[in-house]
Amino acid sequence: MRKYTPKDNVQGKAYYTDRFWVAPRVPRQVVEDEHFKAVVEALGERVKEAYVEINNLVLHIDATQNYAVLETLKDTCGYKVCSEISAVDYLAKEGEFEIFYQMLNLDKAKRVRVVCRLKKGLAIESVVPLFKSANFAEREMYDMFGIKANNHPFLKRILMPDDWEGHPLLKTYPLQGDEFASWYEVDKIFGKAYRDIIGPENRDPARIERYDTKRFSRVGYEVSFDTDISGGETKTEIEYSSTFLTDYNTGTKQLDKRK
Amino acid sequence: MAQHKVNYASNGGLPVALTSVDKLLNWGRSNSLWPLTYGLACCAIEMMASGGSRFDFDRLGTIFRASPRQSDLMILAGTLSKKHAEFARRLYDQMPEPKWVISMGSCANTGGMFNTYATVQGVDRIVPVDIYIPGCAPRPETLQYAVMMLQKKIRKESANMKKNKKQDLRLV
Ligand code: SF4
Repeated sequence: MRKYTPKDNVQGKAYYTDRFWVAPRVPRQVVEDEHFKAVVEALGERVKEAYVEINNLVLHIDATQNYAVLETLKDTCGYKVCSEISAVDYLAKEGEFEIFYQMLNLDKAKRVRVVCRLKKGLAIESVVPLFKSANFAEREMYDMFGIKANNHPFLKRILMPDDWEGHPLLKTYPLQGDEFASWYEVDKIFGKAYRDIIGPENRDPARIERYDTKRFSRVGYEVSFDTDISGGETKTEIEYSSTFLTDYNTGTKQLDKRK
Repeated sequence: MAQHKVNYASNGGLPVALTSVDKLLNWGRSNSLWPLTYGLACCAIEMMASGGSRFDFDRLGTIFRASPRQSDLMILAGTLSKKHAEFARRLYDQMPEPKWVISMGSCANTGGMFNTYATVQGVDRIVPVDIYIPGCAPRPETLQYAVMMLQKKIRKESANMKKNKKQDLRLV
């Protein structure tokens, strides 16, 4: 379970202030389990590094050997399910992607993660002949990171539109989209000429237009709908309802007779 | 049964109701708004609830249709992604005139919490919207209220659509 931190004062005081805080790493343990030892044995030379992280065997391999390693895992070690394939963008730090395959052995209830590094611009061998689930996972990897899978039967974007530019899960991709993304629907439906008419997206949810009396009104300075206030507006005193300010505690009238 | 004696002779031989073309048309239009079933995300659940027996949209004459060609109201309920925007517009174009749009939920109004590259920041970038419903998700009562506001708006319209000016149709 996660460590408990008291949160009753979080609004008064920020409990997280260190900008350079680095999350603690999960401890890496030596492979002691009988079954995991057998797996590392079966793969032999191809494993560059092996350790256990939270009951999960992690195997570092060479990116060119991914097919052979997964084939061995499937045929000799019983890892018949490939539950996830994806990548992590380490381009800025190390100039590489990390590609991982999460494998599951249903008989032994064990999990193995196969990890390899891939330089930018290189392609990886597809594992679709071994696992059908890799079909969509590799398409997603291509869509989100631009990593191509060789010999994939149908390598096409899966989530983003086919004519999309850029790969959104790259760390360099802006969260609110680049120029292409922000005009995508306008360009596609109405054409580029309509950009001026429709205008840019409003990305600030709290934006207020000072002189727009159609959609906004200023407390204490209310005017009627669509009045021109560029010359300033007059202050209107706030009128409270007379019952609003009544003090019920000192009145003579007793409402509840039981008291 | 109560016995009524209708004096046909005094009304020129026929029962007569006087009205104007505008009123007659708007009466028909506003009391049988058929929305296109168009749920996009979690707001769709609330839209379905409004259509179901508990909240009972049918009593307003509102029956969900599965085809744009039979509907005159589009309830955009949920997050409109950029990939889907093209199809939303195409469905809107396929609806026969006159047609109205309700934008339901903060996602459809402004993009809501999805301030990202993949979400359309307000469906009014794609289609003209008549009523915006705030909320995440709005309750079915809110959607019913919106439909009643829309009925009010329709009743103010002129049957000749060219005569309708935006400021004349204001509700508040
Ligand atoms: S407004 Fe809220 S409930 Fe509606 S689609 Fe968006 S996230 Fe879902």
